[in-house]
Amino acid sequence: MNIVVCVKQVPEVSDADLEINRKGSDIDREDLEFEINEWDNYAVEEAVRLKEAHGGHVTVITLGDEDCEDVLRQSLAMGADEAILIDEDGFEMSDAAGIAKGLHGVVKDLSFDILLTGVQSSDNSWGQVGLILAELLGLPYASLVVGIEMGDGKATVFRELESDTQEKVELPLPAAMTVQTGINTPRYVSILGIKKVRKIKIKETDADELNLSEDEIGAEGSCVTSRKLVIPSIGGAAEMLTGSLDDICNKAAQIIQDKGGLV
Amino acid sequence: MENIFVIAEHRQGEIRDITFEMLNLGNSLAKENDMTVTSVLLGKDTGDIQEKLQKASDRVLVMDAPELADYNADYYLAALEGIIKEKTPRLVLIGHTSAGMDLAPPLSVRTGAPLATDCMDVRLTGDTLEATRQVFGGKINAELSLKPSATYMVTVRPGCFPDAGDLGKSAETDTIPVPEWTNLRGRHFLEYLTSETEDVDIAAADILVSVGRGIGKPENIPMVEEFATAIGATVSCSRPVADKEWLPKSRQVGVSGKTVKPKIYIALGISGAFQHQAGMKNADTIIAVNTDAAAPIFSVAHYGIVGDLLQVIPVLTEKFKNA
Ligand SMILES: Cc1cc2nc3c(=O)[nH]c(=O)nc-3n(C[C@H](O)[C@H](O)[C@H](O)COP(=O)(O)OP(=O)(O)OC[C@H]3O[C@@H](n4cnc5c(N)ncnc54)[C@H](O)[C@@H]3O)c2cc1C
Ligand SMILES: Nc1ncnc2c1ncn2[C@@H]1O[C@H](COP(=O)(O)O)[C@@H](O)[C@H]1O
Repeated sequence: MNIVVCVKQVPEVSDADLEINRKGSDIDREDLEFEINEWDNYAVEEAVRLKEAHGGHVTVITLGDEDCEDVLRQSLAMGADEAILIDEDGFEMSDAAGIAKGLHGVVKDLSFDILLTGVQSSDNSWGQVGLILAELLGLPYASLVVGIEMGDGKATVFRELESDTQEKVELPLPAAMTVQTGINTPRYVSILGIKKVRKIKIKETDADELNLSEDEIGAEGSCVTSRKLVIPSIGGAAEMLTGSLDDICNKAAQIIQDKGGLV
Repeated sequence: MENIFVIAEHRQGEIRDITFEMLNLGNSLAKENDMTVTSVLLGKDTGDIQEKLQKASDRVLVMDAPELADYNADYYLAALEGIIKEKTPRLVLIGHTSAGMDLAPPLSVRTGAPLATDCMDVRLTGDTLEATRQVFGGKINAELSLKPSATYMVTVRPGCFPDAGDLGKSAETDTIPVPEWTNLRGRHFLEYLTSETEDVDIAAADILVSVGRGIGKPENIPMVEEFATAIGATVSCSRPVADKEWLPKSRQVGVSGKTVKPKIYIALGISGAFQHQAGMKNADTIIAVNTDAAAPIFSVAHYGIVGDLLQVIPVLTEKFKNA
């Protein structure tokens, strides 16, 4: 059972004060911390579990700059066997299809049974790359996967639908799946664990080597011709409770009581 | 005639709300641009649904086949690729839902239509299509323009447009012949599964104290439970808390969990992603506690506290214990 997983490095934004760069095209990334995309962490864990249960080999791939080696090292420490980095040179400003073409360039030459990506990236939230990749490869696929059961030459896959409902579908192998959070509990990776995989060599490739021309990827190949970022105004809706901690809690307690909380 | 397609979504015989939200958007774009709205309905024996679509569309295209009874990417892609290539609509609207998210990216590849997913607003003017969507966990809006194309494709975020309901239209229905199925990949729909019986029904609670990832670690949950008991509330959560099994899945609020409408909803350390908001934004009173003043939850909350929940909750609990 060979498994390929696409992983992406993303900025951690939930606790950060975000600012937009002068051109309005991106956020300022300088002071941000980076991590593996949450969905991809679950995908790597699922791949390693499938390998542990059925044997085989796990390859992780990322498209990004040199620093993105970190997410590959983390995936190796979780139990992946091999890692490939596609240099992002030429891919800047790509849309989801451009990224998918880069990944396709590598994946098409690998032999695998299952191709996993996350459902979406937390920064772009396109929810597109995994499925475009599946289509480029001509594979059967399922998105929003919360469970995988291996059968003979096929997989039974549980897809998450709305309102606590799931759908069970069958896919012949090889197949592509996009992994939803909660499918498993990803293992913790220690610094020591990452040190242990230090010696594994990461394979590198780039757009040239993959024979991707400028008009297929990057800004030129993108279906998005302009992107302007704005910080939405949050205000207006909520009345903010201010003052000392005690004041705030008195006000909050009053509101809770007025609206029907226990007295 | 220039045309806007709305791909009707239904499951187990029921038309889904997103369909009428897209019809609302589709009709206003059509009005501005002097276009028509066509609902495209794939399914098996969909008479009831057709009638509803007729009232808010200019035309309804129906394909009826046993293979289309339940959503299945293989057949939906084959059917829609043919219809879109033949009719070249100006814009195809698809729900950003479990079905639409599964369908749209491969369909855009097959038809060559530029795709913007998870859009909250769409503007069609002359040659260009502009869309508004959220990036970076809902903290930033992105305004996009798509490159000129005969056909555009957009997935529409649920809950962003009101229900079109009955627009007093009476569209004609055209039946499209079922094609010879080609390019199938062997995906089979087997069955739907609904969750087993659960410990508590959070949808029935008058007051919910809801914990998000901001709680930090499971050891902090008892503190919140104590607070909930003090005010007569039930504890619910956002998705990551259920994913990590810090609370049971049955407590999860949001699109893929439960929709709740309590008198008071207290969101503790929840950023307010749209998938969470979808499940709670209709609560009578929403109070949010978050360390990040820019958290999207404050855009739906009625009252906000910018602060550390681990400090706020113990003090607040005392207020009720001493009362
Ligand atoms: C198809 C799909 C379906 C989904 N369905 C759901 C769903 O049903 N329900 C759902 O909730 N999500 C759902 N999600 C996930 C959703 O997109 C978000 O990832 C999720 O809601 C984030 O949860 P959170 O707000 O708890 O965590 P985060 O986004 O990580 O936010 C944590 C917040 O806590 C704050 N914080 C940190 N420390 C403290 C502190 N000490 N005190 C106060 N505040 C603090 C931070 O500032 C931050 O705002 C779904 C996603 C997808 C793709
Ligand atoms: N630069 C990238 N490198 C590797 N995988 C990626 C990259 N971008 C996206 N992906 C994969 O595609 C999934 C969906 O991303 P997106 O379409 O951007 O929401 C992610 O969860 C990743 O698995």
